Amino acid sequence: MPKPFTPKVVTANALLEGDVIYQTATGWTRNLAEAEVLTDEADADLRMIDALTQADLVVGVYLADVTPETTGPRPTHFREEFRAKGPSNYAHGKQESL
Amino acid sequence: MYSYTEFDDHFLAERNAQFRAQVERRIDGSLTEDEFKPLRLMNGLYLQLHAYMLRVAIPYGTLNSAQMDQLAYIAERWDKGYGHFTTRQNIQYNWPELRDVPDMLDALAEVKLHAIQTSGNTIRNVTADHFAGAAADEVADPRPVAELIRQWSTDHPEFQFLPRKFKVAVTGAEADRAVIKSHDIGLRIVERDGQQGFEVIVGGGLGRTPMIGKVLYDFVTAEDLLPTLEAIVSVYNVLGRRDNKYKARLKITVHENGIEDIRTRVDAQYALIRSQFSGVDQQMLARIEADFAAPQFKTAPLGAYEAAYTNDPVFRAWADTNLADHRVPGYAIVSISLKAHGATPGDATADQMRVMADLARRYGHDELRISHEQNVILPHVHRSDLPELHAALKAANLATANIGLISDIIACPGMDYCALATARSIPIAQEIATRFDELKLEHDVGPLKIKISGCINACGHHHVGHIGILGLDRAGVENYQITLGGDGTETASIGERAGPGFSADDIIPAIQRLVMGYLDLRNDPAETFLQTYRRLGLAPFKAVLYPEAQANAA
Repeated sequence: MPKPFTPKVVTANALLEGDVIYQTATGWTRNLAEAEVLTDEADADLRMIDALTQADLVVGVYLADVTPETTGPRPTHFREEFRAKGPSNYAHGKQESL
Repeated sequence: MYSYTEFDDHFLAERNAQFRAQVERRIDGSLTEDEFKPLRLMNGLYLQLHAYMLRVAIPYGTLNSAQMDQLAYIAERWDKGYGHFTTRQNIQYNWPELRDVPDMLDALAEVKLHAIQTSGNTIRNVTADHFAGAAADEVADPRPVAELIRQWSTDHPEFQFLPRKFKVAVTGAEADRAVIKSHDIGLRIVERDGQQGFEVIVGGGLGRTPMIGKVLYDFVTAEDLLPTLEAIVSVYNVLGRRDNKYKARLKITVHENGIEDIRTRVDAQYALIRSQFSGVDQQMLARIEADFAAPQFKTAPLGAYEAAYTNDPVFRAWADTNLADHRVPGYAIVSISLKAHGATPGDATADQMRVMADLARRYGHDELRISHEQNVILPHVHRSDLPELHAALKAANLATANIGLISDIIACPGMDYCALATARSIPIAQEIATRFDELKLEHDVGPLKIKISGCINACGHHHVGHIGILGLDRAGVENYQITLGGDGTETASIGERAGPGFSADDIIPAIQRLVMGYLDLRNDPAETFLQTYRRLGLAPFKAVLYPEAQANAA
């Protein structure tokens, strides 16, 4: 049996700035909490196709697992936590504005 | 210091203009990412976790003060005010934006620096002993030949699409400070019957399949060196496993075919191409050698140095750990530690870079080196200048007295920055250094090299650490494996895996148990960790690392 589909967001890096971005219903955000959570596999496939057509804006598109919470999606894997926040040795990256 | 010719300046300007146009074409949509990626990689530009990363070559680890000042300027102008010195004598900027990179490359070209072939499946930055030209134990300065190899390998038309990356390191001394046995090609300058030549070692490497290099030729003359290198890379280019990325390095080619088979093939290729080398490379080498002439060393009374050494315990502790013997009487080689306890290994702020540049100008014949151990070296300092130099380093938080000790840790950027990483390295290094600083034990423990990699690719050289730490992802949690008994010097060996890994919380206590265990196991304070390990083997160290397993077995 195929594995049940778990909630995901579409994520990538911005072409010009290189930083982590997430897809929303209407575009892209730099804040994971504002990302669109995808709970349906067919829907996720369509959103990926949409993201992949935006090669002039984004690089390295993929689906990342999240846990939906009332405050918005949260990463399930520690790699995605670092992407959403920034490095742990300096308060650089996204954590500067969070 | 190598001085660029008109040809070099023109080549670099043209290459930078090409890349500027490639960036523009990527931004305007003419190039896809698949088309652009190999182009940006050939110019040292990666896309990492949080941003682009620009890797700049510091050829054979040598910089002058103007170059160091420019690295500081770039860090402030286009990055976040710091740079990260790597384990292959590069500097990495972690936060550039794509549009700015062509300007950064032009700024580098102003001081004759570049990022060419710091990535991609090409011959990478040629590294060398960081004590080159200064070490007391040196046969000859390896940098002129390293420069010759850089010129030969840069944009070499046959070697732009190798099966995989290709790394060359050179040393001119018996003591191997350049980890030559862990490179695709390691070269050591040797003397035979009054003639200088090269021992050629091939097929070393770390990564997922660590190998110690094997001697291909024990003596190659200077005139035969480039044709020999060209023959080796040609054989690899044809024979290398392009079908499997994980088997595509020369070490696997050598391992699968055997060193004798490789030698036969290289001999045949050499015979085929030797006549193409007319000797012009030797004329070029002669010019390069003149550029690397030793500075005008001075003589001065040593009273100030001796007084500071006798009266100032902080200076003495620093002098005892951070100085190495210079070939010229009265001089010392100064290692500046970029490993302040709790700091990120290898990072320097723009201000610190300027301080080091200024000290090189004032006291160091304008020379700096970057070591693969992520420290900065002032290779030529007269001992009479050391008290003033030390005071200036202290003021810039650069006087940590820990070279070669437990807190002088090599650590790759790990998952704090790197897109390939499976776990973090930097916080583990920070915590180990902080813990042993609190324990006030590191000078009692003595020489001990801890090396940490955040993934199996082993940029942190963990296989050749006396204690190696490899960070992995085990079911979505960071997990750290320990290897013991590795050695990256002339007595090279690959560390043995100690047993099951430890969580991020448990790895620091595990390292502490290991080091306390060593203090109990050593014969006397002069027996180093590595010597003790080689005498006793893994078992007693395993017992202190895994006390529960020991208790269960009892």
